[in-house]
Amino acid sequence: MTISIDPQKTNNESLQPKGWLRYFSFSLDHKVIGIQYLVCGFLFYLIGGTLASAIRIELASPMSDFMPRDVYNQVLTLHGTIMIFLWIVPVVNGAFGNYLIPFYVGARDMAFPRLNAVAFWLIPPSGLMLVASYFVEGAAQAGWTAYPPLSITTPQSGQIIWILSVLLLGGSSIFGGINFIATIIKLRRPGLKLMQLPMYCWAMLGTSLLVVLSTPVLAGTLILLSFDIIANTGFFNPVLGGNVVVYQHLFWFYSHPAVYIMVLPAFGLVSEILPVHARKPLFGYTTMVFSIMGIVVLGLVVWAHHMFTSGTPPWMRLFFTIATAFIAVPTGIKFFNWVATLWGGKISINSAMLFSCGFIINFVFGGITGVALAQVPFDIHVHDTYFVVAHFHYIVYGGTVFIIFSSIYHWFPKVTGKMLNEKFGILHFIITFIGFNLCFAPQHWLGLNGMPRRVAEYDPQFQFVNQISSLGALLMAISTIPFLINVFLSVRNGKDAGDNPWNALTPEWLTSSPPPVENWEGEAPLVEEPYGYGKEISEQR
Amino acid sequence: MLNKNIYLILIISLVFAISFWIGFNVNLLPAEASINAPIYDELFKILFIIGLIIFIGMTIAVIYSLFKFRKRNDQIGDGIALEGNLSLEIVWTIIPSIIVLLIGLYSYNIYDRMGGMKELNHNHEMMSSNTEKIWAGISQTSDNEIAINNLSIEVSAMQFAFLFNYPNGNFISGELHVPVDQKVSMKMESKDVIHAFWVPEFRIKQDIIPGQPTILNFTPTKVGKYPIICAELCGPYHGGMRASIIVEEESDYNEWFNKNKKTEVNL
Repeated sequence: MTISIDPQKTNNESLQPKGWLRYFSFSLDHKVIGIQYLVCGFLFYLIGGTLASAIRIELASPMSDFMPRDVYNQVLTLHGTIMIFLWIVPVVNGAFGNYLIPFYVGARDMAFPRLNAVAFWLIPPSGLMLVASYFVEGAAQAGWTAYPPLSITTPQSGQIIWILSVLLLGGSSIFGGINFIATIIKLRRPGLKLMQLPMYCWAMLGTSLLVVLSTPVLAGTLILLSFDIIANTGFFNPVLGGNVVVYQHLFWFYSHPAVYIMVLPAFGLVSEILPVHARKPLFGYTTMVFSIMGIVVLGLVVWAHHMFTSGTPPWMRLFFTIATAFIAVPTGIKFFNWVATLWGGKISINSAMLFSCGFIINFVFGGITGVALAQVPFDIHVHDTYFVVAHFHYIVYGGTVFIIFSSIYHWFPKVTGKMLNEKFGILHFIITFIGFNLCFAPQHWLGLNGMPRRVAEYDPQFQFVNQISSLGALLMAISTIPFLINVFLSVRNGKDAGDNPWNALTPEWLTSSPPPVENWEGEAPLVEEPYGYGKEISEQR
Repeated sequence: MLNKNIYLILIISLVFAISFWIGFNVNLLPAEASINAPIYDELFKILFIIGLIIFIGMTIAVIYSLFKFRKRNDQIGDGIALEGNLSLEIVWTIIPSIIVLLIGLYSYNIYDRMGGMKELNHNHEMMSSNTEKIWAGISQTSDNEIAINNLSIEVSAMQFAFLFNYPNGNFISGELHVPVDQKVSMKMESKDVIHAFWVPEFRIKQDIIPGQPTILNFTPTKVGKYPIICAELCGPYHGGMRASIIVEEESDYNEWFNKNKKTEVNL
């Protein structure tokens, strides 16, 4: 079934602001909303990154000497919350999803444009509220996990504002998820089959299913937690007979799938980028689709591996070990397929390609430590240590953030019609890659040898390794400078990109760059083979 | 073609050789001071070697592709239109599945040897009433267990300290003293928020939860002083919440114990 595309939007068009003012309006254009998500997310990334720098400055010396201890806990709580809920989730889902999905399904906009705008405009106020809570009575200081009873006993206003903010962001995420599912299932142009969609659509379909299934559980949990804080109920308060472990089950039922909400879209994006720059079809399309769905299903039944040292009975530990380790199989399939995509190609070594390859290397490393962490006896020693910190930064920074940068280099010409400077781009990649590995690789050793996470002070024997890690963090901070210079220079004076600078075959490139408001001048093209590299050329000749 | 295969075999053997060499020669772990530790290190070594093989192999594959298949200046057009290969897909589904399954079974075996699958309650009949539910922990035992008598200790954690209650001696200590080669059985409970009891040299950790006692059993094997670290964020001074465990010869332990023991006043 098809839904005819409503030409009404053209009439509204005259009422909408033009030029850069569009980006500050309640625009209904999916392309504008996508950029709003991206820029807003990046601003929060800079705030979260500043907080990360503060953490690394504190940890450059073994004593707690840079900031007060309770402020340190606020900083680490805000760092985690901002990076997850205001940078990675909105950008890999909201920004790229909004910009690309309507092109990929051959639609002129998302299924629910107004819901889409509401979903975005929930983010800036809740983000500002979260940051501003520092100036009220101190921000939340129980970590982004907000485990009770700590979250019940720390200053209330910060924790309540944190809960409200996460609830709004969760709502935004659910609105987005519903919109993506509806758009991918219902708004495909006539003749376009599901198995002809670019891989990012499948990734977003899987991710949105996880969002819609698991985010409400987090919302319910946080509402119960807020009752415990403000109304003295006893759901999770042991003094009143509550159970603190139940909170952990409910929290991780969302927050483990949240890892896939951050990572699956990146898997989709890299599947779009690699074939274009390697000039080869995506290897194993069908297995890629099945492995995404496999990750979605398995991702819902592994949450208790975050709780191997809390109250979990032995049989439960065993089940979650096996289930978690098996996620490595569909994930591994994807990585083998990407390497096979590179194999035999004609690879352009550019910034987008380098960031994607950096992603593969970092993520494989993080995946291997992930399989190790899934093993109960292994986890019991390293749980809640810097080993875990290192592991998840390899996944979310070395994995997803590398792909965000790769995607910016890849789609910048689409959005602006200008090319980014390659020299700055490669410099950006080199500093980021070295800085990232210098920052996080040594943290594995720290965790194995006795440094717990979330501490402001530590055993002086770990000072040297911590300083190496802080040096890496400094490089990571510096790496944003060439990136920002590059973006600002290229938006104004970049080389003209033309409509399709990469000679890509996916539908978003088959229109002008930047695209018209209606996405295509005429009918949306029917792209049956979004990865038909090699073939297309021979046919043309 | 023959040449190519020889190179491939050579590279694969080199990757294996390097991984095994690093796995056996690079020690990333602290001293081994409990029965658990050597068992843990055995698992670590295996996982480390398998991980290295996969990581080095994948990294070489990516860097080699970037170099070998890079677009030369004079080249135009696309790479080969290869869309997939079913037998390859089957190979890299089945082999990782087998590896993951074997690792899972092996770590189950390790966990069992650490005592993870044992009943938790039997040591604590005297300490806990029947209605009290013991939640979780590790009940470590071993075949070559030397001591028959368990040393029972009650641990209470609070912001930001551990207290160790020796019920037999009727006293409380801020330092945990235990005799070497004797099984220690701890029942732990928190007075306020969640804490965790971690001794890196013992490779054990267990959360200490308010309202729900947890059990942790271990057998130290090496005399020395080791840190006890709180591993669960518990408030502003979380990083400073540390104590020491002192493992000593039985005679030294008895001397310490008798010095601190409070004799009950009997009529």
